[in-house]
Amino acid sequence: MIAHAIFFYTFSIIAVISAIMVTASKNTVHSVFFLILDFISISCLFIMIGAEFLGMIMLIVYVGAVAVLFLFVVMMLNVAQQKNQWFAGQQSSKHIPIGLIISTLIFFEIIIVIGGWKYKPEIFDINNSISQTSISNTHSLGQILYTDYIHVFQISGMILLVAMVGAIVLTFRQRSGVKRQSYIKQISRERAEGVEVLEVQSNKGVKIDD
Amino acid sequence: MEYLSIVFQEVYKILFLLVPVLVSVAMVVWLDRRVWAFVQKRQGPNVVGPFGLLQSLADALKYIFKEIIIPSSSNKVIFILAPIVTMTLALIAWAVIPFSATQVLADINVGILYLFAVSSLGVYGIIMGGWASNSKYPFLGAIRSAAQMVSYEVSIGVIIINVLLCVGSLNLNDIVIAQQNMWFVIPLFPMFVIFFISALAETNRPPFDLPEAEAELVAGYQTEYSGMMYAMFWLGEYANILLMCAMGAILFLGGWMSPIDVYPFTLVPDAIWLILKILLLFILFALVKAIVPRYRYDQLMRLGWKVFLPLSLIWVVLTASYLFYFNLLPVN
Repeated sequence: MIAHAIFFYTFSIIAVISAIMVTASKNTVHSVFFLILDFISISCLFIMIGAEFLGMIMLIVYVGAVAVLFLFVVMMLNVAQQKNQWFAGQQSSKHIPIGLIISTLIFFEIIIVIGGWKYKPEIFDINNSISQTSISNTHSLGQILYTDYIHVFQISGMILLVAMVGAIVLTFRQRSGVKRQSYIKQISRERAEGVEVLEVQSNKGVKIDD
Repeated sequence: MEYLSIVFQEVYKILFLLVPVLVSVAMVVWLDRRVWAFVQKRQGPNVVGPFGLLQSLADALKYIFKEIIIPSSSNKVIFILAPIVTMTLALIAWAVIPFSATQVLADINVGILYLFAVSSLGVYGIIMGGWASNSKYPFLGAIRSAAQMVSYEVSIGVIIINVLLCVGSLNLNDIVIAQQNMWFVIPLFPMFVIFFISALAETNRPPFDLPEAEAELVAGYQTEYSGMMYAMFWLGEYANILLMCAMGAILFLGGWMSPIDVYPFTLVPDAIWLILKILLLFILFALVKAIVPRYRYDQLMRLGWKVFLPLSLIWVVLTASYLFYFNLLPVN
């Protein structure tokens, strides 16, 4: 139990500190690296409570894919200097009210969720009943996701698909003058259309039509 | 005291796994260069030790005694962290590789997900190195590798789903045992080919070595590194390649299972079979390096997103429907 507590507090302290550093560090790229550290320590916490599937998926999806693209964008845009300007300028106090409103909203949401457990303990029991059995967390997740919650699962998949299509449509633009490689065109070229032998008369040259 | 003895026991186990892995990484570098040389009708490294076997050791010694240069304009903490991250990630993944039914450091029930997660984290070493160097070529290499590894990870993930459909478990030992009657390379042969090519791209091997394309980017993300830090990148890279070979051997070639289940072959320890399969795949990796020219970047992206991803997705549907209609779905 002591080892468990040591690991729990190590991971949670790392998670909290890196979450603070995400907002506190001046360099945007450093912020993203701290965000990644946060993700990793949270997935360690997930694994510690026995939700190994969730922890691994968190690692694969957030750290392995989302954060890489995030880092990619941050590095390409070079937002580091902009962020420094925000910190340096006096107008940064303008953002405080908006931030306060959002954070109080999130705070009350968390209170409602935790309060729900407190005042309706039977909800907690229903959710917990699956983990009591001998099958592993991954199996129980699969069994509940594809039977009881299949419609919710499908709808969330559809929402993701719509979001993906929307993102592609919004950023898609047809560029003119871009030369594209067409493999079929290249392969199906015959010798006749590639090479032409001409009789060149002296002092006249040839006219090459293109 | 009890805790201490448990810790020591685990440390011994880890050392017994990691030291052979590191030694074999050094040997495998020699093998790679030898195969490469033989394809081009050269001798390759053959001076240091018998058949040049100690070449990698000599190289490592040379790297250790070289000066580590840290560029003054670099981001020092991340610059130093990058090779460490690469090396650590390449080594921690070996914890779940089963060398026999019992010889496995951590027999976790989401083993394949762990392998996939760790191999997808490998990109961070490269991005960190490229960005922290604060120089054009390393940065370009890092950006290239980020896009490349994310793209090919997707198809590797879908291929893993194919195998998992046939197994019904995420545990690596279960995956090996499920291939008792037939290796998955036979029914899922197209997936094996795609996995092999994606593994080449995931480990930045030729023909997909664009992050370090020496004709274009000097040495890509490792341009500013020297001495031991360069050697760590190099070791991590080869440990990653061995890891992908091990993953291929477990997913498609029956892992530690002996290919023929008759008397003289069953005497050979299981671990030897796994090592032989890893070596087979590695020699294929080395041959590809010698034979194939480098891809252009847009061709690489096209191959990943427009060819491999649709193909492997279609194969998932095919496998799932076949297993469903012939009632072959694994039930536990």
